[in-house]
Amino acid sequence: MTNHGTDMAEFTLPKNSKIKAGKHFPAKSGAKKLRTFRIYRWTPDDGENPRVDTYEVDLAACGPMVLDALIKIKNEIDPTLTFRRSCREGICGSCAMNIDGTNTLACTKAIEDCPSGDVKIYPLPHMPVVKDLVPDLTHFYAQLASVKPWLRAETPPPPDKERLQSKEDRAKLDGLYECILCACCTTSCPSYWWNSERYLGPAVLLQAYRWIVDSRDEDTGARLDELEDPFKLYRCHTIMNCARTCPKGLNPAKAIAETKKLIAERAG
Amino acid sequence: MPATARPLSPHLSIYRWQIQMVTSILHRATGIALAAGTILLVVALLALASGPEAYAKVQAFCASWIGLLLLFGWTWSLAYHLLNGIRHLLQDAGLGYLPAQFVRNGWLVVAGSLVLTALVWVCVFAQRGGA
Repeated sequence: MTNHGTDMAEFTLPKNSKIKAGKHFPAKSGAKKLRTFRIYRWTPDDGENPRVDTYEVDLAACGPMVLDALIKIKNEIDPTLTFRRSCREGICGSCAMNIDGTNTLACTKAIEDCPSGDVKIYPLPHMPVVKDLVPDLTHFYAQLASVKPWLRAETPPPPDKERLQSKEDRAKLDGLYECILCACCTTSCPSYWWNSERYLGPAVLLQAYRWIVDSRDEDTGARLDELEDPFKLYRCHTIMNCARTCPKGLNPAKAIAETKKLIAERAG
Repeated sequence: MPATARPLSPHLSIYRWQIQMVTSILHRATGIALAAGTILLVVALLALASGPEAYAKVQAFCASWIGLLLLFGWTWSLAYHLLNGIRHLLQDAGLGYLPAQFVRNGWLVVAGSLVLTALVWVCVFAQRGGA
Protein backbone atom coordinates (compact mmCIF):
# COMPACT_ATOMS: atom_id res chain seq x y z
CA MET A 1 0.00 0.00 0.00
CA THR A 2 1.49 3.28 -1.05
CA ASN A 3 0.71 6.65 0.41
CA HIS A 4 -0.82 7.98 -2.75
CA GLY A 5 -3.64 6.95 -5.02
CA THR A 6 -6.44 6.27 -2.62
CA ASP A 7 -9.87 6.78 -4.15
CA MET A 8 -10.59 9.98 -2.29
CA ALA A 9 -8.28 12.95 -2.55
CA GLU A 10 -6.47 13.47 0.74
CA PHE A 11 -5.55 17.09 1.24
CA THR A 12 -3.47 16.61 4.38
CA LEU A 13 -0.27 14.66 4.87
CA PRO A 14 -0.31 11.20 6.47
CA LYS A 15 0.89 11.00 10.08
CA ASN A 16 4.39 9.78 9.20
CA SER A 17 4.82 12.64 6.71
CA LYS A 18 4.00 15.63 8.91
CA ILE A 19 6.92 18.01 9.05
CA LYS A 20 8.65 18.75 12.35
CA ALA A 21 11.00 21.59 13.25
CA GLY A 22 14.60 20.84 12.27
CA LYS A 23 18.16 21.84 13.03
CA HIS A 24 19.74 25.23 12.51
CA PHE A 25 23.19 25.60 10.96
CA PRO A 26 24.36 29.21 11.48
CA ALA A 27 26.96 30.72 9.17
CA LYS A 28 30.58 30.86 10.28
CA SER A 29 31.68 34.32 11.41
CA GLY A 30 33.02 36.55 8.66
CA ALA A 31 30.30 35.68 6.13
CA LYS A 32 29.64 38.61 3.82
CA LYS A 33 26.40 37.97 1.97
CA LEU A 34 24.09 35.70 3.96
CA ARG A 35 21.10 33.87 2.57
CA THR A 36 19.06 31.33 4.51
CA PHE A 37 18.01 28.04 2.92
CA ARG A 38 15.20 26.00 4.50
CA ILE A 39 15.48 22.43 3.27
CA TYR A 40 13.24 19.38 3.70
CA ARG A 41 15.03 16.46 5.36
CA TRP A 42 14.05 12.85 5.91
CA THR A 43 16.12 9.75 6.40
CA PRO A 44 14.82 6.16 6.58
CA ASP A 45 17.42 5.36 9.25
CA ASP A 46 16.09 6.90 12.47
CA GLY A 47 12.32 6.38 12.40
CA GLU A 48 11.72 10.12 12.77
CA ASN A 49 9.27 12.29 10.84
CA PRO A 50 10.51 14.66 8.13
CA ARG A 51 11.87 18.01 9.29
CA VAL A 52 13.01 21.29 7.75
CA ASP A 53 16.64 22.22 8.46
CA THR A 54 17.90 25.78 8.17
CA TYR A 55 21.27 26.57 6.62
CA GLU A 56 22.90 29.97 6.42
CA VAL A 57 25.06 30.23 3.31
CA ASP A 58 27.58 32.94 2.40
CA LEU A 59 26.62 33.80 -1.18
CA ALA A 60 29.87 35.77 -1.55
CA ALA A 61 31.60 32.39 -1.75
CA CYS A 62 28.95 30.45 -3.66
CA GLY A 63 27.99 29.91 -7.31
CA PRO A 64 24.86 31.63 -8.66
CA MET A 65 22.45 28.70 -8.88
CA VAL A 66 20.39 26.94 -6.21
CA LEU A 67 22.31 23.75 -7.06
CA ASP A 68 25.57 25.57 -6.25
CA ALA A 69 24.20 26.37 -2.81
CA LEU A 70 23.07 22.76 -2.26
CA ILE A 71 26.51 21.46 -3.24
CA LYS A 72 28.18 24.04 -1.00
CA ILE A 73 26.00 22.98 1.93
CA LYS A 74 26.82 19.31 1.31
CA ASN A 75 30.56 20.01 0.95
CA GLU A 76 31.05 22.50 3.75
CA ILE A 77 28.16 22.39 6.23
CA ASP A 78 26.27 19.09 6.29
CA PRO A 79 27.52 16.09 4.28
CA THR A 80 24.34 14.13 5.07
CA LEU A 81 22.19 16.35 2.81
CA THR A 82 21.01 14.14 -0.05
CA PHE A 83 19.87 15.20 -3.53
CA ARG A 84 20.20 14.04 -7.13
CA ARG A 85 22.26 16.05 -9.60
CA SER A 86 24.34 15.36 -12.64
CA CYS A 87 24.71 17.62 -15.67
CA ARG A 88 24.32 21.02 -13.94
CA GLU A 89 23.04 22.50 -17.21
CA GLY A 90 19.36 21.62 -17.41
CA ILE A 91 19.53 18.62 -19.69
CA CYS A 92 19.53 15.58 -17.38
CA GLY A 93 16.56 16.52 -15.21
CA SER A 94 18.06 14.95 -12.07
CA CYS A 95 17.90 17.98 -9.78
CA ALA A 96 14.15 18.61 -10.21
CA MET A 97 12.70 19.82 -6.91
CA ASN A 98 10.28 22.33 -5.42
CA ILE A 99 12.13 25.62 -4.96
CA ASP A 100 10.40 28.66 -3.55
CA GLY A 101 6.98 27.07 -4.11
CA THR A 102 7.23 25.87 -7.69
CA ASN A 103 8.89 22.90 -9.35
CA THR A 104 12.05 23.52 -11.31
CA LEU A 105 15.64 22.40 -11.81
CA ALA A 106 18.06 23.50 -9.07
CA CYS A 107 20.82 23.87 -11.67
CA THR A 108 19.00 26.42 -13.83
CA LYS A 109 17.26 28.33 -11.02
CA ALA A 110 19.29 31.34 -9.95
CA ILE A 111 19.36 32.06 -6.21
CA GLU A 112 18.74 35.74 -6.94
CA ASP A 113 15.55 34.81 -8.81
CA CYS A 114 14.07 33.50 -5.56
CA PRO A 115 12.11 36.33 -3.92
CA SER A 116 13.63 37.85 -0.81
CA GLY A 117 13.31 35.88 2.38
CA ASP A 118 14.40 32.31 2.98
CA VAL A 119 14.85 29.99 0.01
CA LYS A 120 12.54 27.02 0.70
CA ILE A 121 13.43 23.72 -0.92
CA TYR A 122 11.27 20.58 -0.87
CA PRO A 123 11.28 17.36 -2.89
CA LEU A 124 8.88 17.17 -5.87
CA PRO A 125 5.36 17.35 -4.36
CA HIS A 126 3.12 14.41 -3.42
CA MET A 127 5.73 11.71 -4.04
CA PRO A 128 7.11 8.99 -1.77
CA VAL A 129 10.44 10.23 -0.42
CA VAL A 130 13.54 8.00 -0.65
CA LYS A 131 15.69 10.45 1.30
CA ASP A 132 15.75 14.26 1.72
CA LEU A 133 15.20 15.78 -1.75
CA VAL A 134 15.14 12.44 -3.58
CA PRO A 135 11.64 11.30 -4.61
CA ASP A 136 10.79 7.75 -5.69
CA LEU A 137 10.04 7.98 -9.42
CA THR A 138 9.36 4.25 -9.96
CA HIS A 139 5.65 4.74 -10.63
CA PHE A 140 6.31 7.72 -12.92
CA TYR A 141 8.71 5.64 -15.04
CA ALA A 142 6.26 2.73 -15.13
CA GLN A 143 3.58 5.09 -16.44
CA LEU A 144 5.99 6.30 -19.13
CA ALA A 145 6.71 2.70 -20.16
CA SER A 146 2.96 2.04 -20.35
CA VAL A 147 2.54 4.40 -23.33
CA LYS A 148 5.34 2.56 -25.20
CA PRO A 149 7.23 5.73 -26.08
CA TRP A 150 9.07 4.44 -29.10
CA LEU A 151 8.45 4.21 -32.84
CA ARG A 152 5.76 1.63 -33.57
CA ALA A 153 5.74 0.77 -37.30
CA GLU A 154 4.78 -2.27 -39.40
CA THR A 155 6.59 -1.02 -42.47
CA PRO A 156 10.26 -1.98 -42.42
CA PRO A 157 12.69 0.93 -42.68
CA PRO A 158 14.19 1.61 -46.14
CA PRO A 159 17.26 -0.60 -46.64
CA ASP A 160 19.55 2.26 -47.67
CA LYS A 161 18.49 5.17 -45.51
CA GLU A 162 16.69 6.29 -42.35
CA ARG A 163 12.95 6.80 -42.09
CA LEU A 164 12.66 10.34 -43.40
CA GLN A 165 10.00 12.96 -42.78
CA SER A 166 9.27 16.36 -44.32
CA LYS A 167 10.48 19.51 -42.62
CA GLU A 168 6.85 20.34 -41.79
CA ASP A 169 6.32 16.96 -40.13
CA ARG A 170 9.58 17.28 -38.26
CA ALA A 171 8.51 20.72 -37.01
CA LYS A 172 5.50 19.10 -35.31
CA LEU A 173 7.92 17.53 -32.83
CA ASP A 174 9.31 20.89 -31.72
CA GLY A 175 8.23 21.66 -28.18
CA LEU A 176 7.87 17.92 -27.52
CA TYR A 177 11.22 16.24 -28.18
CA GLU A 178 12.97 18.64 -25.77
CA CYS A 179 11.27 17.08 -22.73
CA ILE A 180 13.88 15.75 -20.31
CA LEU A 181 11.43 13.79 -18.13
CA CYS A 182 12.38 15.65 -14.96
CA ALA A 183 8.80 15.20 -13.62
CA CYS A 184 8.46 18.86 -12.61
CA CYS A 185 5.16 19.18 -14.52
CA THR A 186 3.63 15.90 -13.42
CA THR A 187 4.30 16.56 -9.74
CA SER A 188 2.98 20.14 -10.00
CA CYS A 189 -0.42 18.88 -11.12
CA PRO A 190 -3.16 18.73 -8.45
CA SER A 191 -5.04 16.19 -10.59
CA TYR A 192 -1.97 13.98 -10.45
CA TRP A 193 -1.65 14.52 -6.70
CA TRP A 194 -5.15 13.12 -6.15
CA ASN A 195 -5.20 10.46 -8.91
CA SER A 196 -1.63 9.41 -9.63
CA GLU A 197 -2.54 5.71 -9.64
CA ARG A 198 -4.73 6.12 -12.71
CA TYR A 199 -4.03 9.53 -14.28
CA LEU A 200 -0.90 9.45 -16.46
CA GLY A 201 0.05 13.07 -15.74
CA PRO A 202 1.37 15.83 -18.02
CA ALA A 203 4.92 14.53 -18.73
CA VAL A 204 3.80 11.06 -19.82
CA LEU A 205 0.90 12.48 -21.85
CA LEU A 206 3.28 14.88 -23.61
CA GLN A 207 5.49 11.87 -24.44
CA ALA A 208 2.47 9.98 -25.73
CA TYR A 209 1.52 12.93 -27.96
CA ARG A 210 5.12 13.19 -29.20
CA TRP A 211 4.59 9.77 -30.87
CA ILE A 212 0.98 10.42 -31.87
CA VAL A 213 2.05 13.36 -34.06
CA ASP A 214 5.20 11.71 -35.40
CA SER A 215 4.59 11.14 -39.15
CA ARG A 216 6.81 8.04 -39.08
CA ASP A 217 4.75 6.28 -36.41
CA GLU A 218 2.08 3.88 -37.71
CA ASP A 219 0.19 3.10 -34.53
CA THR A 220 -1.65 6.39 -33.98
CA GLY A 221 -5.10 4.78 -33.70
CA ALA A 222 -3.98 2.31 -31.05
CA ARG A 223 -2.17 5.07 -29.16
CA LEU A 224 -5.38 7.13 -29.04
CA ASP A 225 -7.39 4.02 -28.04
CA GLU A 226 -5.03 3.43 -25.14
CA LEU A 227 -5.46 7.00 -23.89
CA GLU A 228 -9.24 7.23 -24.33
CA ASP A 229 -10.02 6.58 -20.69
CA PRO A 230 -11.74 8.68 -18.01
CA PHE A 231 -8.62 8.62 -15.85
CA LYS A 232 -5.50 8.13 -17.98
CA LEU A 233 -6.15 11.25 -20.09
CA TYR A 234 -9.32 12.99 -18.98
CA ARG A 235 -8.25 13.73 -15.41
CA CYS A 236 -6.56 16.74 -17.00
CA HIS A 237 -8.83 19.64 -16.06
CA THR A 238 -6.55 22.26 -17.68
CA ILE A 239 -5.32 23.60 -14.35
CA MET A 240 -2.11 24.60 -16.27
CA ASN A 241 0.39 24.24 -13.42
CA CYS A 242 2.39 22.02 -15.79
CA ALA A 243 2.80 24.67 -18.49
CA ARG A 244 3.69 27.33 -15.93
CA THR A 245 6.34 25.26 -14.17
CA CYS A 246 8.17 23.41 -17.00
CA PRO A 247 11.86 24.37 -16.68
CA LYS A 248 12.30 23.79 -20.42
CA GLY A 249 9.44 26.12 -21.38
CA LEU A 250 7.36 23.28 -22.90
CA ASN A 251 3.58 23.04 -22.78
CA PRO A 252 2.24 19.64 -21.66
CA ALA A 253 -1.27 21.10 -21.24
CA LYS A 254 -1.33 22.01 -24.93
CA ALA A 255 -0.13 18.51 -25.93
CA ILE A 256 -2.96 17.02 -23.83
CA ALA A 257 -5.50 19.40 -25.42
CA GLU A 258 -4.35 18.37 -28.91
CA THR A 259 -4.69 14.70 -27.95
CA LYS A 260 -8.24 15.28 -26.69
CA LYS A 261 -9.02 17.11 -29.95
CA LEU A 262 -7.73 14.19 -32.06
CA ILE A 263 -9.92 11.76 -30.11
CA ALA A 264 -12.96 14.06 -30.50
CA GLU A 265 -12.30 14.55 -34.22
CA ARG A 266 -11.97 10.87 -35.06
CA ALA A 267 -15.26 10.23 -33.23
CA GLY A 268 -16.76 12.49 -35.91
CA MET B 1 10.06 -1.72 1.02
CA PRO B 2 12.35 0.19 3.43
CA ALA B 3 12.10 -0.58 7.15
CA THR B 4 10.35 2.74 7.66
CA ALA B 5 7.45 3.56 5.36
CA ARG B 6 8.37 6.37 3.03
CA PRO B 7 6.77 9.72 3.83
CA LEU B 8 4.70 11.55 1.25
CA SER B 9 6.31 14.83 0.21
CA PRO B 10 4.26 17.94 1.00
CA HIS B 11 2.05 19.32 -1.81
CA LEU B 12 -0.87 21.74 -1.23
CA SER B 13 0.82 23.21 1.84
CA ILE B 14 4.02 24.16 -0.01
CA TYR B 15 3.03 24.80 -3.63
CA ARG B 16 2.84 28.50 -4.46
CA TRP B 17 -0.74 29.62 -5.10
CA GLN B 18 -0.74 31.00 -8.61
CA ILE B 19 -3.72 32.38 -10.53
CA GLN B 20 -4.25 29.24 -12.66
CA MET B 21 -4.57 27.03 -9.58
CA VAL B 22 -6.91 29.52 -7.89
CA THR B 23 -9.25 29.85 -10.90
CA SER B 24 -9.39 26.06 -11.20
CA ILE B 25 -10.41 25.40 -7.60
CA LEU B 26 -12.85 28.34 -7.70
CA HIS B 27 -14.57 26.79 -10.72
CA ARG B 28 -15.27 23.69 -8.67
CA ALA B 29 -16.25 25.64 -5.56
CA THR B 30 -18.65 27.90 -7.46
CA GLY B 31 -20.14 24.86 -9.21
CA ILE B 32 -20.90 23.31 -5.82
CA ALA B 33 -22.26 26.64 -4.54
CA LEU B 34 -24.57 26.91 -7.55
CA ALA B 35 -25.89 23.39 -6.97
CA ALA B 36 -26.50 24.18 -3.30
CA GLY B 37 -28.14 27.46 -4.30
CA THR B 38 -30.79 25.63 -6.30
CA ILE B 39 -32.16 24.35 -2.98
CA LEU B 40 -33.05 27.95 -2.12
CA LEU B 41 -34.68 28.30 -5.53
CA VAL B 42 -36.77 25.15 -4.94
CA VAL B 43 -37.77 26.42 -1.48
CA ALA B 44 -38.86 29.72 -3.05
CA LEU B 45 -40.91 27.92 -5.73
CA LEU B 46 -42.54 25.62 -3.19
CA ALA B 47 -43.40 28.63 -1.03
CA LEU B 48 -44.84 30.40 -4.04
CA ALA B 49 -47.07 27.38 -4.69
CA SER B 50 -48.18 27.14 -1.06
CA GLY B 51 -49.49 30.66 -0.77
CA PRO B 52 -48.75 34.27 0.11
CA GLU B 53 -47.90 33.61 3.79
CA ALA B 54 -45.21 31.04 2.99
CA TYR B 55 -43.82 33.22 0.22
CA ALA B 56 -43.65 36.23 2.53
CA LYS B 57 -41.41 34.19 4.82
CA VAL B 58 -39.04 33.41 1.96
CA GLN B 59 -39.06 37.06 0.95
CA ALA B 60 -38.25 38.10 4.50
CA PHE B 61 -35.38 35.59 4.63
CA CYS B 62 -33.99 36.84 1.33
CA ALA B 63 -34.13 40.43 2.56
CA SER B 64 -32.33 39.60 5.81
CA TRP B 65 -28.57 40.18 5.91
CA ILE B 66 -27.80 36.46 5.75
CA GLY B 67 -30.23 36.04 2.85
CA LEU B 68 -28.64 38.93 1.00
CA LEU B 69 -25.19 37.50 1.66
CA LEU B 70 -26.26 34.12 0.23
CA LEU B 71 -27.87 35.74 -2.82
CA PHE B 72 -24.81 37.92 -3.34
CA GLY B 73 -22.52 34.86 -3.13
CA TRP B 74 -24.79 32.96 -5.47
CA THR B 75 -24.73 35.78 -8.02
CA TRP B 76 -20.96 35.92 -7.91
CA SER B 77 -20.75 32.12 -8.21
CA LEU B 78 -22.96 32.27 -11.30
CA ALA B 79 -20.95 35.11 -12.87
CA TYR B 80 -17.64 33.40 -12.16
CA HIS B 81 -18.75 29.94 -13.26
CA LEU B 82 -20.23 31.39 -16.46
CA LEU B 83 -17.14 33.40 -17.45
CA ASN B 84 -14.68 30.67 -16.49
CA GLY B 85 -16.90 28.16 -18.27
CA ILE B 86 -16.50 30.17 -21.46
CA ARG B 87 -12.75 30.07 -20.90
CA HIS B 88 -12.94 26.28 -20.53
CA LEU B 89 -14.86 26.06 -23.82
CA LEU B 90 -12.10 28.01 -25.58
CA GLN B 91 -9.50 25.76 -23.97
CA ASP B 92 -11.34 22.70 -25.25
CA ALA B 93 -10.89 24.22 -28.72
CA GLY B 94 -7.14 24.39 -28.03
CA LEU B 95 -6.97 28.14 -27.34
CA GLY B 96 -5.27 30.07 -24.54
CA TYR B 97 -2.55 27.63 -23.50
CA LEU B 98 0.46 29.95 -23.37
CA PRO B 99 1.31 30.86 -19.76
CA ALA B 100 1.02 34.59 -20.56
CA GLN B 101 -2.48 33.96 -21.99
CA PHE B 102 -3.91 31.84 -19.19
CA VAL B 103 -2.47 34.10 -16.50
CA ARG B 104 -4.09 37.13 -18.18
CA ASN B 105 -7.37 35.32 -18.88
CA GLY B 106 -7.53 34.03 -15.32
CA TRP B 107 -7.31 37.54 -13.90
CA LEU B 108 -9.81 38.77 -16.52
CA VAL B 109 -12.34 36.15 -15.40
CA VAL B 110 -11.89 37.07 -11.74
CA ALA B 111 -12.25 40.79 -12.48
CA GLY B 112 -15.13 40.21 -14.91
CA SER B 113 -17.06 38.13 -12.38
CA LEU B 114 -16.80 40.94 -9.81
CA VAL B 115 -17.96 43.52 -12.37
CA LEU B 116 -20.92 41.34 -13.45
CA THR B 117 -21.93 40.75 -9.83
CA ALA B 118 -21.70 44.46 -9.07
CA LEU B 119 -23.83 45.27 -12.15
CA VAL B 120 -26.56 42.83 -11.10
CA TRP B 121 -26.71 44.25 -7.59
CA VAL B 122 -26.62 47.85 -8.73
CA CYS B 123 -29.72 46.98 -10.79
CA VAL B 124 -31.34 45.21 -7.81
CA PHE B 125 -30.82 48.16 -5.46
CA ALA B 126 -31.77 50.71 -8.12
CA GLN B 127 -35.07 48.91 -8.66
CA ARG B 128 -35.68 48.65 -4.94
CA GLY B 129 -34.96 52.34 -4.48
CA GLY B 130 -37.31 53.22 -7.35
CA ALA B 131 -40.13 51.00 -6.09
